[in-house]
Amino acid sequence: MAINLTINGAAYNVDIDPDTPLLWVLRDEIGLTGTKYGCGIARCGSCTVHVDGQPAKSCQLKAASLVGKQVTTIEGLSKDGNHPVQVAWKEIGVPQCGYCQSGQIMSAAALLARTRDPSESDIEQAMADNLCRCGTYLRIKAGIRRAAQLGV
Amino acid sequence: MNAINLSRRFFIQTSLAASGGLMLGFHMPTALAAVTEPKPWKTPESGIEVNAWLVLDPDGTVTIRIPHTEMGQGGMTSVALMIAEELDVEWSKVKAVFADPNRHLRNNKEYKVMSTHGSQLVAIQHPHLMQAGASARERLKEAAAQAWGVTRDKVEAKQGVLKSGSNSAPYAQFAAAAAKVTLDKEPAIKEDASQWWLLGTGTQRLDIPNKVNGSAQYAIDTRIPGMVYAAVKASPVPWGKLKSFNADAIKDQPGFIAVVELRAVEGKRGQPDMQDAVAVVATSWYKAKNALAMLPVEWEFGESAKASSKGMSENATKVLGEKGLITKEDPKAIEVIAASKKVVTADYERPFETHLRMEPINATAHVQDDRVDVWSPSQDQSAAVLIVADQLGRDPKDVYAHPVFLGGGFGGNGGGGTAVTRQAAEISKRLKRPVKVLWPREEDVAQDKQRPMSAARMTASIGDKGLPEAIFTRALWYTQDKQNQIGPATADYGIHNMPYKIPLRHHERHNLDTHIPSSTHRGPGANQTGFITEVFADEMALAGGWNPLDWRIEMTKDQADWQLVLKTLKEKANYRTDLPKGEGMGIAAVECHGTIAAACATVSVTRRGQLRVEKIVIVADCGHVINPHAAKEQMEGAACYELGHAWVGGLDIREGRIVNTNMDTYNILRIEQMPEIESYFALSGGKKWGGMGEPAGPPVPPAVANAIFAATGKRIRKTPFRQYDLTWA
Repeated sequence: MAINLTINGAAYNVDIDPDTPLLWVLRDEIGLTGTKYGCGIARCGSCTVHVDGQPAKSCQLKAASLVGKQVTTIEGLSKDGNHPVQVAWKEIGVPQCGYCQSGQIMSAAALLARTRDPSESDIEQAMADNLCRCGTYLRIKAGIRRAAQLGV
Repeated sequence: MNAINLSRRFFIQTSLAASGGLMLGFHMPTALAAVTEPKPWKTPESGIEVNAWLVLDPDGTVTIRIPHTEMGQGGMTSVALMIAEELDVEWSKVKAVFADPNRHLRNNKEYKVMSTHGSQLVAIQHPHLMQAGASARERLKEAAAQAWGVTRDKVEAKQGVLKSGSNSAPYAQFAAAAAKVTLDKEPAIKEDASQWWLLGTGTQRLDIPNKVNGSAQYAIDTRIPGMVYAAVKASPVPWGKLKSFNADAIKDQPGFIAVVELRAVEGKRGQPDMQDAVAVVATSWYKAKNALAMLPVEWEFGESAKASSKGMSENATKVLGEKGLITKEDPKAIEVIAASKKVVTADYERPFETHLRMEPINATAHVQDDRVDVWSPSQDQSAAVLIVADQLGRDPKDVYAHPVFLGGGFGGNGGGGTAVTRQAAEISKRLKRPVKVLWPREEDVAQDKQRPMSAARMTASIGDKGLPEAIFTRALWYTQDKQNQIGPATADYGIHNMPYKIPLRHHERHNLDTHIPSSTHRGPGANQTGFITEVFADEMALAGGWNPLDWRIEMTKDQADWQLVLKTLKEKANYRTDLPKGEGMGIAAVECHGTIAAACATVSVTRRGQLRVEKIVIVADCGHVINPHAAKEQMEGAACYELGHAWVGGLDIREGRIVNTNMDTYNILRIEQMPEIESYFALSGGKKWGGMGEPAGPPVPPAVANAIFAATGKRIRKTPFRQYDLTWA
């Protein structure tokens, strides 16, 4: 069936089974491939997006539940890759393979939007569900502290 | 050693549009990878090719073609740095693109090697990569010298500008002429770090901007017109035979297109061959995956269904009591141990581990009559071409692999030894349309080629000065079809060649058979046996009354590089053996891919047994470091990777199948478990060029295990650590 979704401020009309997870709508229907599939069971965080500003795992979000909501993906976080988290990520050189980083960045941006100057434990709590196989965790923490300095 | 002869064939002037560099991985964040376009090999480029690696543009842009894969290790940047160092151009003008694997094969391995493994990119490949830059520089100078009527030594090439007296010109002006220059002899490359202006300075990686805005293209992101999606399932017990399936049962599922039967080729079990499998093809991957889950399939598992981790462990203990293949024979060692009053002996064991790249195993292929296009996460893009050509019986000249970023590598070669690439080619051939094959994560774990399970029995006698006088070891591993060697690894790699000078040594190994596919894994060999040798070293040192760090320094006293690393660790780590109970420090040192890495771990363990790894200090001697920034990232990353395996990892096999196949049950290190890491280089320089992508990992698990012993008195001889009760009173 046809569903109207608002993604990164743009309206999309997609013809899909309403139970389809947002992740696959983004990747395979719309072509926004920055949001990644990692586990499909909400354990790795690679698919993290914002729904009305809150971080959410898009592999578990049914498309139909998003009608009337604002979805933001990594592609829409900033116009030119200059959200403070992205700037900090570049300064510090956080990504290695980079595959999990869209999710990491979306979780970090959501954290900083609600907690301007997060503590170590705020960071660990907010980022607990975002796994990284390359082991960039120390730089993720440093990136969040740097982004906090830059001001979200 | 650096006299690689770049013959004239490297220097044919060709317009890029004809030769086909693939645009990808710009340093500018706005530039999207063209690989997602239907025909990326036709991406227009300007500029003049000086050699296969280099294209100079009149606007000053220097395009460097990267033959190797970028899987997070910074390889793209490393290649560009080495060439730019020699060419002498402004780093801000450098644009990196991936080299074309088809061209590489068409021109008789023009880039020499495209495989990216074994931490070799800098350590082994630097001579010819630096030569490509140096040779181009000298040819540019020679072309300018001829135009200006001076000799080459009167021309200076610096930061993209050629100068002689009052003459001056940008490199690009002489690019065409340079491509035709013949030199009497190739210039020497700058192997000595004191000559470098760019290398060693710590450069931001070129791939970062595309990895913070979602634009970096991985194989899984491939989208081409008309593409359909396949979800694949092989036998849950690896190498089981496909008996039957009922496609009719799912033919009415939404988006269903076809079920494709895939068959293992009899007699071909080595990588990268396919197992029996069923692929469900649909209009979206989500639909394909759902339909696959509903497909009735029957398998014939055979004897393999009896295998279990528990049974393999019990068998390992039994086999360690039996004579194996002798890799160093010394009956005296066994006699001395038998007669000794002070013997240390222990068994160690490590389970199978999986790569778990964050990008699940996938590939896309488009098979047409006149050409085949493929997007594969292989660590060797030219091998992807050959695999597809082999699968389809096609001429490799007609197969085009389009290099992509890899969502992790870790020695897994893009998954299943790229069996998935064969599957994509096969399905596309049969359906006559482009297809993306993606293994669900559960399949990715269940069917990946795993790090072998391994075990060892270590026995040593301690002599008068408290130092070992004889050692007798037996190691084993379980590999598919009893392989004796995988990459550099053997069952006793790192054991029979441990650095410690023990006068009498006798080593044996067993190769045990398993149906579980096995392959290389980050730090092969050293990753398993480093834990075994270094925990045992701790046991030997303490049995002889030695401080474990001083013991290692004493036992390597005639080896300068080990001394450098261990003494630097002693200076940096503030290693102590007198911490209060519940706190402890541990030491380990392992050589891997030509690099020695030593680690000092600090842990705390609560009375209730909760482990926290507080800090790890790592010192490495890789001889030379071309990009300290990326090298330190690799030290952190390799430490995290190995600590994950050792602390919380471990594949569990029951009834022949891997049962912990997703991230709820197969664990990797999490942010709150990540210790602070302090990393240092202790570089011996000279002719030593060691790898840096893997070596920092292997010493971490034994350092942590030794620290746990110091904190609790509980000796860890198996991984994962989480199976131990660490409570203390």
